[in-house]
Amino acid sequence: MAHATGRAYIRREGLPHISCAGCGNGIIAGAMARAFEELGLARNEIVVVPGIGCSGTINRYLNVNYLHSTHGRALAFATGIKAANPALNVVCFVGDGDGVTIGGNHLIHAARRNMGITVILVNNYNYGMTGGQVSGATPADARTSTTMMGNPERGFDICELVRAAGANFVARETAVAGVRLKKRIKEALTNPGFSLLEVMSPCTTLFGPRNGKKTPVDMLRWLKEKALSPEKFAKTENAAAQGYFRVGTLADERADSFSTRYEAMRRRVLDAAGGR
Amino acid sequence: MNSVGTLMQGNEAIAKGALYAGASYYAGYPITPSSEIAEICSRELPKRGGVFMQMEDEIASMAAIIGASASGAKAFTATSGPGFSLMQEHISAAVIMEMPVVVVNVQREGPCVGLATKPAQADIMQLRWGRHGDQAIVALIPATVRECFELAVKAFNIAEKYRVPVILAPDEVVGHMRESVVVPAPGELEIVDRVRPTCAPGEYRPLDFTPGAVAPLAAFGSEYVFRMTASMSGEDACSNSDPANAARRVAQLYTKLEAGREDIVLTRGYDTGDCDVLVVAAGSPVRAARTAAREARAAGRKVGVLQIQTIWPFPGAEINACAAKAERVVVAEMNYDGQIAGEVRKCLDDPSRIRTVNTFNGTIITPGLIAEALA
Ligand SMILES: Cc1ncc(C[n+]2csc(CCOP(=O)(O)OP(=O)(O)O)c2C)c(N)n1
Repeated sequence: MAHATGRAYIRREGLPHISCAGCGNGIIAGAMARAFEELGLARNEIVVVPGIGCSGTINRYLNVNYLHSTHGRALAFATGIKAANPALNVVCFVGDGDGVTIGGNHLIHAARRNMGITVILVNNYNYGMTGGQVSGATPADARTSTTMMGNPERGFDICELVRAAGANFVARETAVAGVRLKKRIKEALTNPGFSLLEVMSPCTTLFGPRNGKKTPVDMLRWLKEKALSPEKFAKTENAAAQGYFRVGTLADERADSFSTRYEAMRRRVLDAAGGR
Repeated sequence: MNSVGTLMQGNEAIAKGALYAGASYYAGYPITPSSEIAEICSRELPKRGGVFMQMEDEIASMAAIIGASASGAKAFTATSGPGFSLMQEHISAAVIMEMPVVVVNVQREGPCVGLATKPAQADIMQLRWGRHGDQAIVALIPATVRECFELAVKAFNIAEKYRVPVILAPDEVVGHMRESVVVPAPGELEIVDRVRPTCAPGEYRPLDFTPGAVAPLAAFGSEYVFRMTASMSGEDACSNSDPANAARRVAQLYTKLEAGREDIVLTRGYDTGDCDVLVVAAGSPVRAARTAAREARAAGRKVGVLQIQTIWPFPGAEINACAAKAERVVVAEMNYDGQIAGEVRKCLDDPSRIRTVNTFNGTIITPGLIAEALA
């Protein structure tokens, strides 16, 4: 089989892209387009729902249905889209500010409902679009434009949070690993319930330079170094405190999605009415 | 035809009217005095193949109904004061995406949590101006339970035809009172569905900025691949920051409603032909006004009542016409500032004729209060 290029899902009029040099968004969007192609998804059966942030700008380059929503609320829009038409493949493409900070409530509730949507959460450790302020995923002590003396708060472990909230599928990868990304996106898309893929991604203009990663390459190298398999992570002392994180598929269950359970409830209602 | 009345609550009539109009998706968050609408939808929608969802908050509720509408469903939500405030950002999302949705705001008293179970009409300005930015919406106010049903249907019709969010805003009295209603038979009331595109998929544009235009609306999952965006965009819904484009985009949000004004702006006149005194009201104060006017007529005074059903766009021309011969114009409403009176002032040639009647403590406007203003 020829390698998937994802070209059919890319809107070429939208190019050249507007991301900074070394930004992970293009790699992640490319992996997503190739995952669509390898799964043979028709363009009209896909709806991408970006939020507002640098990650949201990928809508410019996509040639599928999309609903470019508001800051933090992509999952709530996606919930309505999917509930009204469960046959659609709905993908939220959001930042860490969007997805887990302003939008944290929607994230845990969509996971709890097991909405059959895929969330690609681009974690660049800060608010890229608005100048690099602290987010709910910024690590403790890290410097951002609103924590120049070091972050006094701690960041979420997004995968743990979403898993605890009830998601079927949870995975994490880095934007350095394009092929692994594509694999995880395919797994996420084929899971019937709520799927979250957290992508650790370099913000090469704001977060990197403020935190000792002077060049985009330094930032990418750092991400690569911090990504550990769950086994290696378990063997590393104080791994999380040192900035290490687990990559790979962290949860993969097959519980019924919201739409499946709703349909079953509906059938019970109709049976009860018919049996009267 | 069922000509025997059914005893029904205002909120129930709104839910039934929405179902009659073809609503198939409801997302909401419970709040007094609107919760009956959610409860009825949770029971009725699954039976009809529809979906009811209780969301995590009103921000999510508004987002979810926009999403469902983009998937082709007639979608709505219901709330009251605090929840309505949380919905504002996404009402403007529906405005800029031109997404048909209906929002019910059963008005209650007080700022913030206020008096949860008491009526008010202090959201009149919020209905129109609650959101940031240039934007226009439609808002309807029923005064009877039958009107709750009819205006719910009308709200969906306007939303679908003009691709605009429509807000239905009864006060708590109308939402909670029970009256005998003859439920319209299927087919009795007109039902309007959004226009679907018929062009070749490659040629479809989800927006049309020609003054007065309303573009056809495709659904996600149809043969049309299309975009929707809450950001400023061109007619293809791709980001666009050109000032000339923005001017066309914003103006069309207004001109489409101006073009449909006759269809959208609804008022009802009672004895307005010869009146020396005109009472202007919306919602439950209309009922008090009609009683007071009847009593005044019996005493030989020429009093008429103009009921505002469409509060936004404001029926200024209609009010001005009815008030042509009136020496006095009484505006009765349940808020402190006289939010409706302020608009009436703008449209009358001689605003010194205006007298205002206001309650702002969770009590209703009574015929007696209006009679005092007629004296
Ligand atoms: C309600 C609201 N609050 C604030 C903003 C401003 N804003 C736009 S993007 C953004 C943060 C984006 O950060 P993130 O979601 O992490 O995405 P990134 O830009 O890093 O990809 C903020 C605060 C907004 N658009 N809407």
